[in-house]
Amino acid sequence: MLLFFITIPLCAAFLISLFNRKIKNLSDFIANLATFILFLFSLSSIKLISLYKIIVYRLGGWMPPMGICLVGDGLASFMLVTVNLISFLVMIYSISYMDRYTDKWKFHALFMLMLAGMNGVILSGDLFSLYLFLEMASISAYVLVAFGTEPEDLEASFKYAIMGSIASIFILLGIGLLYSYTSTLNMADISSGLLNKPKGLLVGFVAVLFLAGFGLKSALVPFHTWLPDAHSSAPSPVSAILSGIFIKTLGIYALARIFFNILGISDKILFLFMVLGVLSMVVGALLAMAQNDIKRMLAYSSISQIGYIVFALGIGTPLALLGGLLHLFNHAVFKSLLFLNAGAIEYSTGSRKLSDLGGLNSKLPITGGTSFIGSMSIAGIPPLGGFWSKLIIIIAAVQTGHIGFAFVAVLVSIITLVYYLKFQSFVFFGKLNQAYIKVREVPLVMKLAMVFLAGISIFSGLLLTPPFKDFLQSATGILLSGTAYGQAIFGAIK
Amino acid sequence: MCFVLFSIGLYCILRKRNIIKIIIGIVIVEYALNLFLILIGYRIHGRAPIVAQDQEILNMVDPLPQAMVSTSIVIGLAIIVVLISLAIRIYEKYGTFDITKIRRLKG
Amino acid sequence: MSNEKGMSLIVKTVTRLTFGLIIIYGIYIVLRGHISPGGGFAGGVIITLSFILLMLAFGKDNVLKKLNQSRCLTFSSLGALIFLFIATAGFINKQKAVGGKEHFAIFGAGLIPLCDIAVSVMVGTGLFLMFFALVLLVEEKEGK
Repeated sequence: MLLFFITIPLCAAFLISLFNRKIKNLSDFIANLATFILFLFSLSSIKLISLYKIIVYRLGGWMPPMGICLVGDGLASFMLVTVNLISFLVMIYSISYMDRYTDKWKFHALFMLMLAGMNGVILSGDLFSLYLFLEMASISAYVLVAFGTEPEDLEASFKYAIMGSIASIFILLGIGLLYSYTSTLNMADISSGLLNKPKGLLVGFVAVLFLAGFGLKSALVPFHTWLPDAHSSAPSPVSAILSGIFIKTLGIYALARIFFNILGISDKILFLFMVLGVLSMVVGALLAMAQNDIKRMLAYSSISQIGYIVFALGIGTPLALLGGLLHLFNHAVFKSLLFLNAGAIEYSTGSRKLSDLGGLNSKLPITGGTSFIGSMSIAGIPPLGGFWSKLIIIIAAVQTGHIGFAFVAVLVSIITLVYYLKFQSFVFFGKLNQAYIKVREVPLVMKLAMVFLAGISIFSGLLLTPPFKDFLQSATGILLSGTAYGQAIFGAIK
Repeated sequence: MCFVLFSIGLYCILRKRNIIKIIIGIVIVEYALNLFLILIGYRIHGRAPIVAQDQEILNMVDPLPQAMVSTSIVIGLAIIVVLISLAIRIYEKYGTFDITKIRRLKG
Repeated sequence: MSNEKGMSLIVKTVTRLTFGLIIIYGIYIVLRGHISPGGGFAGGVIITLSFILLMLAFGKDNVLKKLNQSRCLTFSSLGALIFLFIATAGFINKQKAVGGKEHFAIFGAGLIPLCDIAVSVMVGTGLFLMFFALVLLVEEKEGK
């Protein structure tokens, strides 16, 4: 069952590259079918997880300290649902968006490889296969960023590739050191092994290496320089995936998994998370104010929202973790919605400069409406999803006595509102630019994907109500259980 | 030794302006890392971890890091191919390898 | 250099002699991979090296008649698919996939030799494709 999350996208990727010339539009069909099946599987994994708590699949029947295993628990199934939902909708969107590019099948094949990598990162139960899947996803992301082969794309992709490979080198060094210390690669085994050994300088050094590596991947503020370039140069569906789920699975999920469940969390690391989170929030929001390019603004706002999530992880109380995960889901939904909107604007007008556009609401009613919902949700206007998660994070911060940080979070939320209002007023309201009189609304499938995402971002606040709350709480429970994770997995095997 | 190589590579990545030299820096860092992983698993007077037909080997080196290294070499190959093809394309578009002149993205 | 394609006579002759040997060595390594060191990856790389040698010695046009880009891609994805299907077969029936009982015999390792062959096809053609793409990029640039 868990294995299918990796084999289906891989199989789809190779099928696409095998039959690309024989039958036209086959790649669209295969890719959409594969993502749809994956989405269904991820939904069914919720049910399975709620029954069994932890599912462990042993590859080749070897027992975990020796063999490789795939682990599905509450957190993993939460991430799987997020990833596969977004990638399914983005795939629908890209049916007609990617028509502008040549070699569409290459896009689909690479996309599938990236999806397989992300699912693998979520599910893998030992550190080295986590590294492998991470590299698989990253390499296809480097190529996808350069997909347009314009000079800007190439430059951004090169920057991203250099930063990304430095990050993976740090991660591999950390894995090597950890292996030399505990002489095992299995996550559960490492976490129970570290409990019995004194935590020396080495573990601290490894923690710093992982923080630098995964921080680079998730674009926390001192390491954020690649993100705005890469995300704004990529084709819009790709930037929706990159910004919506890629940096979260590779960065936030891996950080949370490693620090909470393997190395064990301490006050120092929590404080570090909080400081990094607040820094990312403030710097991202301030830089986003100054941008003129829609996608660049969205990319900086991604940094700022990632800051919220890391801040919530840093507070570390159950309520804060709940808020952080909810915000992760929300941000995945509305940020990919906004990137798809930006793609739609570019598709129909050919420009993404804020100063060029204006009054598009009459011409692009659906794009305008959905992007209004997305913007308001990200800025935290009450009935929408983004409000609830931000509220929970801020309440949790106040409860633990970090009133200064909570104040900053509220302030950043207001700044967010300001720059999204600016985005709305420049693009959709005001006087229509004469050049865009003949602009038409985007094709049906693109509308469909955007409307779906907007609907989800309206109702995602409902995740806090009873029928869905178990789902979120099983995910936070995993993070809270800390280093007991190791025992839990070995318990599940026996 | 590994850390010397590692630092040389990092210096190369961070300090050099030529794209090709940056790529060489990444290669050096990767090889330093591979050497480090191999040395983790090494034991004094160890032998290659191959189960042979007619003899019992008692003092084996640890096979797991070697498997890791062979995998990470493949990954390194993939990264280098991507980087080099990007570099060729960049040279095509910008006509230079100097990263201080490739600055169309700002802000 | 003169108008004829490829390198000098000496290189061509040596290549002609060694080409077959290298391929046979590669196939040997692929087929014995489950018993001795080697296996699909190393064997695939060796087979590819022989083709690259051919390409360097005789110029790229001669090789392209035998192995062009799209065929390479087809083989590469075919190899990967076969590998994946073997793996999935192992998922369905665990015992038969890994459960070779006679050690050190040629046919004693279940499906692993098949995996090796699939991997060698995939790696070999994939590597050749990489080399080839880089060569084409450079040629394109020189053409301008």
